[in-house]
Amino acid sequence: MVAVRLIPCLDVRDGRVVKGVRFRNHREMGDIVELASSYRDQGADELVFYDITASPQRRSVDVGWVERVAETIDIPFCVAGGIRDVATARTVLHAGADKISVNSPALERPALIAELADAFGSQCVVAGIDSIREASGFRVRQYTGDPDNMVDPRRDTLSWVEEVQRLGAGEIVLNCMDADGVREGYDIDQLVLMRAHCRVPLIASGGAGAPEHFLKVFEQADVDGALAATVFHSGQIHIPDLKTWLARHHIIVRS
Amino acid sequence: MTVAVINSGGANLGSVVHALRRAGAEAMLTADADVIRSADRVILPGVGSAGAAMRALDAAGLVDVIARLEQPVLGICLGLQLLFEHSSEGNVACLGILPGAVERLAVPRQLRLPHMGWNQLDWTAPDDPLCTGLDGSEWFYFVHSYAAPLDQAVAVSTHGQAFAAVVRRGNFAACQFHPEKSGPAGARLLANFLTG
Repeated sequence: MVAVRLIPCLDVRDGRVVKGVRFRNHREMGDIVELASSYRDQGADELVFYDITASPQRRSVDVGWVERVAETIDIPFCVAGGIRDVATARTVLHAGADKISVNSPALERPALIAELADAFGSQCVVAGIDSIREASGFRVRQYTGDPDNMVDPRRDTLSWVEEVQRLGAGEIVLNCMDADGVREGYDIDQLVLMRAHCRVPLIASGGAGAPEHFLKVFEQADVDGALAATVFHSGQIHIPDLKTWLARHHIIVRS
Repeated sequence: MTVAVINSGGANLGSVVHALRRAGAEAMLTADADVIRSADRVILPGVGSAGAAMRALDAAGLVDVIARLEQPVLGICLGLQLLFEHSSEGNVACLGILPGAVERLAVPRQLRLPHMGWNQLDWTAPDDPLCTGLDGSEWFYFVHSYAAPLDQAVAVSTHGQAFAAVVRRGNFAACQFHPEKSGPAGARLLANFLTG
């Protein structure tokens, strides 16, 4: 049986790890390689690095730190941020990333997902989706790394979840923006809805604040992994303790 | 200890080189037949599709070179699949060092493809040198949608169906998971390959 994945998310700005609340007020958390090593030692199953300034500034990720992480870390990691063509993706993958995640650039040009899947295989291509709850349903947002430049691409989240799979995405990270940073739990309703339309692995993102939130998202939304930042970075939840607790509640974790 | 990591054109081959260096080996990424033939160990990695990798090996003139290697060889992920006769991914002929064909994993509707994440092994040949110090309780990182048959397996894993997680025939062994991304358990398996 495949274990669920606990995935610390490291937001990267100018080569340092930062974290904001509701995508604003970023505070510095520390050095990338040091934090990545610490999470590897704690038993994190995977790491995600988001270069949060890359997409709004229309520049691609700096691969220097990707290489430093790859030299040190022996668990899988995914890099996101401003990857908008096959050549850039190749640079990031050759620097040692296992997967690349595309979000805003895929909304600019959906064919990007197909081009990446053709070049590297679906298993390398993650679709990151920022989704917000509106009266009409769940809707996608673009350039969320910079609230002043955030865009409404006029897309329904559910239809985008289906489209990225058709285009060849091998995994989806669904960031539920209403829940993000407020630590009141994952958006179970939204994740259950998307899960029903998702054949590839689905990773929950946004809202983790307590061990019960992880249990609930694995039990009720049947997601393959749960991504979190603040609760891990702050030390509020220690990954080995969380795994022990989840295992006691019959969730399959890598021990 | 020199290790040639065959450059089959896929992405992320650097991680294998890094893992071997962490294990103390002198590892190099290469498509040079002489370098590969003279290395103490050879690794056939692979990320991407079987067709693209076979075209890259063919273009580099390495198909016969690999088949004739006599030192220990370890295939990783797609590198395992390439050792078989045929892959239904792109319907391509592969190296044919191991008999059998690679097929898409048949998984029920509620399971995901790719099989992506950490899974465990059942060692069916616990005396295999790659198994030293490993007892089946360890977790390894898998990312794949195609898999090899069980006939040559020394370790088996399950995702909807049982499939070959580690195979061996003589000096050729291979694992479907990524030891270079499997934390301490993967490091142990690579150390076993270097010393076994």
